[in-house]
Amino acid sequence: MPVLDAKIPEGPLEEKWSNYKFKSKLVNPTNRRKHTIIVVGTGLAGSAAAATLAEQGYQVKAFTMHDSPRRAHSIAAQGGINAAKNYCNDGDSVRRLFYDTIKGGDFRSREANVHRLAEISANIIDQCVAQGVPFAREYSGYLENRSFGGTQVSRTFYAKGQTGQQLLLGAYSALMKEVDNGNVTLYTRREMVDLVVIDGIARGIIVRNEITGKIESYAADAVLLATGGYTNVFFLSTNAMGCNVTAAWRAHKKGALFANPCYTQIHPTCIPVHGEYQSKLTLMSESLRNDGRVWVPKVKEDRRPPHLIPEAERDYFLERKYPSFGNLVPRDLASRNVKEQCDQGKGLGSTGFAVCLDFSESIKRLGADVIRSRYENLFEMYEKITGSDPYKEPMLIYPAPHYAMGGLWVDYDLMSTVPGLFVLGEANFSDHGANRLGASALMQGLADGYFVIPSTLPNYIAGSSLSQVTTDHPAFKQAEEDASKKIKQLLGIKGKKTVDAFHRELGLLLWDKCGMARNEEGLTEALKKIPEIRQEFWENVTVSGSEGELNQTLERAGRVADFLEFGELMVQDALHRRESCGGHFREECQTPDGEAARNDDQFCYVGAWGFNGVDAAPTLHKEPLTFESVPLTQRSYR
Amino acid sequence: MSKLDLTLKVWRQKDANSPGKFEIYLARGIDEDASFLEMLDVINEELTQKGQDPIAFDHDCREGICGTCGAVVNGRAHGPLKTTTLCQLHMRHFKNNDTIVIEPFRSRAIPVVRDLVIDRSAFDRVIAAGGYISVRTGSAPEANSMLVPKQDSEKGFDSAQCIGCAACVAACPNASAMLFVSAKISHLAVLPQGQPERLKRVVKMVHAMDKEGFGNCSNEYECEAACPKGIKVANINLMNRDFFKANLTT
Ligand SMILES: Cc1cc2nc3c(=O)[nH]c(=O)nc-3n(C[C@H](O)[C@H](O)[C@H](O)COP(=O)(O)OP(=O)(O)OC[C@H]3O[C@@H](n4cnc5c(N)ncnc54)[C@H](O)[C@@H]3O)c2cc1C
Ligand code: FES
Repeated sequence: MPVLDAKIPEGPLEEKWSNYKFKSKLVNPTNRRKHTIIVVGTGLAGSAAAATLAEQGYQVKAFTMHDSPRRAHSIAAQGGINAAKNYCNDGDSVRRLFYDTIKGGDFRSREANVHRLAEISANIIDQCVAQGVPFAREYSGYLENRSFGGTQVSRTFYAKGQTGQQLLLGAYSALMKEVDNGNVTLYTRREMVDLVVIDGIARGIIVRNEITGKIESYAADAVLLATGGYTNVFFLSTNAMGCNVTAAWRAHKKGALFANPCYTQIHPTCIPVHGEYQSKLTLMSESLRNDGRVWVPKVKEDRRPPHLIPEAERDYFLERKYPSFGNLVPRDLASRNVKEQCDQGKGLGSTGFAVCLDFSESIKRLGADVIRSRYENLFEMYEKITGSDPYKEPMLIYPAPHYAMGGLWVDYDLMSTVPGLFVLGEANFSDHGANRLGASALMQGLADGYFVIPSTLPNYIAGSSLSQVTTDHPAFKQAEEDASKKIKQLLGIKGKKTVDAFHRELGLLLWDKCGMARNEEGLTEALKKIPEIRQEFWENVTVSGSEGELNQTLERAGRVADFLEFGELMVQDALHRRESCGGHFREECQTPDGEAARNDDQFCYVGAWGFNGVDAAPTLHKEPLTFESVPLTQRSYR
Repeated sequence: MSKLDLTLKVWRQKDANSPGKFEIYLARGIDEDASFLEMLDVINEELTQKGQDPIAFDHDCREGICGTCGAVVNGRAHGPLKTTTLCQLHMRHFKNNDTIVIEPFRSRAIPVVRDLVIDRSAFDRVIAAGGYISVRTGSAPEANSMLVPKQDSEKGFDSAQCIGCAACVAACPNASAMLFVSAKISHLAVLPQGQPERLKRVVKMVHAMDKEGFGNCSNEYECEAACPKGIKVANINLMNRDFFKANLTT
């Protein structure tokens, strides 16, 4: 079985990143402008990377499928961003953030990357404050913090429930500054449909211009993908409607290995599903668990409205089972416990698939104004969607697909297995193992973009002798042709079933068989069904309109086609990993008290898959994980 | 759960250069808990199944934060509910047998691309002209070395909440973008970090705004009424004061 080398620098954990930076090759300032760098995606990771590389002097071309860089899904992040500042003097440190992240990820992430992330975290806050990000502050004018799940310190910086918005607008402003300076060329409403690899090296991309339908080619010395996560494979998720796996998947088909696709995060606190027509699920930020208490009725089938169930008849099951972390256990644990309570018949709401997130005690203790100042927009959003007022009645919540820990495999430099192709943010697999802690995705996206790639990309550029390549190269022409062919094929089927119908069918199947709990039988069944759905898609999908115009159905069809291939890999990965870890819960592998039971002897590795053709079995590559700094132990939050 | 039957009059336009017109669609059995965009999804599924072109509309987060969605509904940008984006408007706010007129945000500076989809790239160009603090990555001081009074930070936040949806432009009889531009200017002007470039910023952004062909403000307050994030016209006053000051000092 092929073994992957992550190129982790020598030396003790604490010195690896500074050793790396000292030893890495540099590009002379006057030479930088001779290099064109493509950045796909303008979320936190992409905008931060594009702005910073442009400041260094590279010629950056930034692409987004949105009408503006500011629309990237990062904008929707609510609760906050972690940093080991220890402003609360409550025992935080780089070491502790590192440790919490490794443990939270259930010992399935790479120590060296996680430590670097923790080291960089503090600089991110400095940078964002300097850009004018209006973080929450104390009356004294100092920055304020709150707690997130899986930790016992307060290290989360936030801007009401709109932290992602404020951070993205900061990164966007940095990006637009470089557009004005002439160092970034912005390409909006462009969807990346292929990666161009020449002599084994990533040298450009193919995009579809969403307005004109034209297929366009762009060449560069390196390609950076920052295209976000794939959780929309489940159809219903907390992600924005456009989130997709297309860019990553098409790069995968050109040789980039896909790591741990089965590690998906199901977020415990979301507004429950309520109807057939539903298009997405809405997150209620984890930060709410700072002041909200999770409970169900003590007895089954108690269908009284929650506020009529007396205190003595409520079971605060997280506080009961996990006294030291209480409501703030990590997401995977919280979600599984919510599911367990509902499966036992203790769920509430019209479907019985919901539990209470109750603020009454906090409102009594702190006053409604304090609660309003912390969560105003979240409470408003809840009321708009459900028509119920969370200041008066408990919220009803249920877990929903939320985040992708898996992604394209990258080494310590964030380079994929295709030289010259780098992957940043949620699109890579790197730092969160099998479960991400809250407020750590924003941190990772910005760490990758502002601080990691600006140090690792020059090392690649300076160390390679790249030949001149233009878009006249046959590889570009071939990729353009393939892209057009695929589009024509989709438009030519003229079947009877809509794109969304296929997406929904795939999503429900995955939610059922490869969601919060998985087992051999269900996964095997899904593996049989997915190719059938895929085949039907290519025979019976209907895509209206033509290619040379704005065609949103066509855009979605391309994305769903990729989900139908990717979903199969996700299930294959879940089936092969006969252990439970983090968000990957195999029912066959539990401890006697129902917690995830890892199998470190057999599965202490990153599973990275190589593509061999749509209907061919993929090749598994392994990156063994070694834990030198934190002993491998069973996680406990009790 | 009650269901609604509705008549929709929707603006259809093939592309920027084609003339557009209203088409009528019947929406039957719409769940009152569905969002406005989910109602359009239902119509689009039906149109697609009949082999017709679905209604093109922009959207993404469906949580009222990305600023991608928006249309004029019964004459009001983002529809009848205050401080609510179109994606957060739910059908329970309509009555059975209502007729709903749906058209794109319209203004010369944000032209229609197709149906309800518009081109807001002018907003990006105005921000590029100066809507930032010119700090290079890596040069920031320790975050707590500069204190920001809580009330200033909150004021900055209130302006910074703008989602760039362009409802203000669509609602303004003069097609002015002043609410959008002044929100960014105020956000940075009330924070200590924003001071060094404060006057230069307002001049550059106002000039960029004029160049894009947005109109002037004549105190109609329609923008404030339409803004899904409750951005206040007071931001425009601050922008005007700063612009005046900048012209005095240069
Ligand atoms: C509702 C919600 C709340 C969250 N809250 C938090 C939180 O409080 N704290 C936290 O740490 N994390 C949070 N997260 C997670 C976090 O927001 C994301 O993981 C993170 O923002 C991802 O950033 P990114 O830059 O990797 O990708 P994104 O922000 O998703 O950006 C992707 C970019 O790629 C572009 N793109 C995608 N595909 C293509 C293509 N094929 N062609 C061209 N362009 C393409 C898009 O246009 C976009 O610009 C939350 C997530 C959700 C869903
Ligand atoms: S879709 Fe994002 S604001 Fe409406």
